[in-house]
Amino acid sequence: MAILVNANSKVLVQGITGREGEFHTRQMLEYGTKVVAGVTPGKGGQQILGVPVYDTVKQAVAETGANVSCIFVPAPFAPDAILEAADAGIEVIVCITEGIPVQDMIRVVNYLKRCTQSRLIGPNCPGITTAGECKVGIMPGNLFRKGNIGLVSRSGTLTYEIVHELTRAGFGQSTCVGIGGDPIIGTTFMDVLPMFEADPQTEAIVLVGEIGGSDEEIAAEYIKHHMTKPVIGFISGRTAPPGKRMGHAGAIISGGKGSAQSKVQALSEAGVPIADTPAEIPQLVRARLRSCLG
Amino acid sequence: MKLHEYQAKQILHDVGLPVPQGEVTSSPEGVRAIAERLGRRVVIKAQVLMGGRGKAGGIQLANTPDEAEQIVRNLLGKRLISPQNPQGMVVEKVLVEEAIDIAKEFYIGITVDRTSQRNALMVSQYGGMDIEEVAATHPDAIATVDIDPCIGLTDYKAREVLYAAGFDSALIRPLAPILHGLYRAYLACDANLAEINPCALTTDGQLMVADAKMTIDDNALFRQKRLAAYREESAEDPIEAEAQQRGVAYVRLGGNIGIIGNGAGLVMCTVDEVARAGGKPANFLDIGGGAKAEQVRQAVEIVLMDPNVKGLLFNIFGGITRGDEVAQGILDALQTMDIRIPIVVRLAGTHAEEGLALLRGTPLIPAETMQEAARRIVSLVQASAT
Repeated sequence: MAILVNANSKVLVQGITGREGEFHTRQMLEYGTKVVAGVTPGKGGQQILGVPVYDTVKQAVAETGANVSCIFVPAPFAPDAILEAADAGIEVIVCITEGIPVQDMIRVVNYLKRCTQSRLIGPNCPGITTAGECKVGIMPGNLFRKGNIGLVSRSGTLTYEIVHELTRAGFGQSTCVGIGGDPIIGTTFMDVLPMFEADPQTEAIVLVGEIGGSDEEIAAEYIKHHMTKPVIGFISGRTAPPGKRMGHAGAIISGGKGSAQSKVQALSEAGVPIADTPAEIPQLVRARLRSCLG
Repeated sequence: MKLHEYQAKQILHDVGLPVPQGEVTSSPEGVRAIAERLGRRVVIKAQVLMGGRGKAGGIQLANTPDEAEQIVRNLLGKRLISPQNPQGMVVEKVLVEEAIDIAKEFYIGITVDRTSQRNALMVSQYGGMDIEEVAATHPDAIATVDIDPCIGLTDYKAREVLYAAGFDSALIRPLAPILHGLYRAYLACDANLAEINPCALTTDGQLMVADAKMTIDDNALFRQKRLAAYREESAEDPIEAEAQQRGVAYVRLGGNIGIIGNGAGLVMCTVDEVARAGGKPANFLDIGGGAKAEQVRQAVEIVLMDPNVKGLLFNIFGGITRGDEVAQGILDALQTMDIRIPIVVRLAGTHAEEGLALLRGTPLIPAETMQEAARRIVSLVQASAT
């Protein structure tokens, strides 16, 4: 089962002829992902790694039945690429691109919600991996093992670190979703938690948050009232000073809001055990699963 | 990127908002000339990007050009210190404006609301103080509406928010265009914060932009060429300014252990881990995704500009970033710089094995996990201090 993408997903890569696009298409193919098409305006008719390239997303969808898109288009053009994918009826749009202006994302996200059925993941995210089935994005595939832990995270490399710890401790994963480090993102914790709750394969969820915004606090409120499966949390940026943007555009404590302490407190009050360090996550998962069984 | 008051006011003036007449200068003679041209009482405002500027003595009235020149002679080069900014900032420029007689002060602001995923417009009759302070002391005095990005700010929403904040009926009609103008400027500049605080009602019934603040989205500077030129003025710390110029995500944290990693979340986590191990992080530095050896070498250079750094920790979990590129970058740094501090390197993920092979036989200290790396560098730095 898992969520969002699986072995049947037909993936389209926007920006497939670029350096990053081609590199990661190769990695996705090696993982077993069905990459059925690429799109680069002006390069239709070419083949990259055996994948046919089209000029428009509409053409690619019509010819190949692609239903998931992975975007590697540079920031000035990425908002347009997201809209093109949505208007072509793509169900899940994964935008890897970092550095998109926030005003562009406000327009795109509001349009998507109102006028399309598409779900946007990201931008500024590592993508989605359903272990053993399908990898859309840039996560290193060799870290994953098929299993029952769902993971949702605002970070990229920190997610790899945590997946690595889980796998080492014997916990495989259902789906890992990198929702992205920008202030305006298509999918938040709040959107992913119900999917994991409804997914029969997922038995426990690891939620990886960071400073900035209040999505973790909102997620805590949801967990308290609606989640029956155990959720384990981690928050990075506990020692970050207020007013400083810590790399991610969204990782900033401003106006007295978005501190790690507030997030840790909200999640703890919702019954979510919080790991002090990524290495602690597997033992917390083990403890919570055991208490659920008992 | 934060703009100075004079820059924000220029932008608001350009969209047609009422801004007091004035000019910016960095010389006392310049101040005299401006004051003479204005030909009336002037207010002198230090252009420093810090809160509490007024209480720190950065805003002063002058009745004559002589007085204005005298005030600025004392002000230029002086370090202003406020509770919000205990380190203080040196005054390099002043804005000289016609003084206005203020009867009432209001607040108007627009910012990105992450929860509604829209821009939010806020107004209040409590102007002239920090909006967070108003939110804490008089939460009911702030009215907010979110703006539909597909429709823009409608007239009725502008009226609605002003009525909701309890503004006098007679003020609704003159205030609405100011709301619209601020939103136009906010969008045109790719801002993520624009504030008129205070928006002054003068004793003769005029509305004026008495002070203004704008923060521009760094991600949009590629299409905001005019504003990008202001960039170097906006950094508060010289190393942060240098890093900004080179396009490196660096934040100074004040300790003695330099930290370099890939990915903001992982670097933040590494900083936390060093603090947990009892160390004091000197900085946050994210080399980003897919960094090449040269970028890694530059990262080392930037971190070592801080003379307090007594040890360096690399934490790399490779996805797009390759461990061997990072290792090569560190070795290049060792070759081109005179480095006498311990460096602990933790490499995992893509091409980590190849990277570790490159490091064998060098003075670099490998570590297997982030925790081990943090503990290692903390104990090495503590040992070198005794």
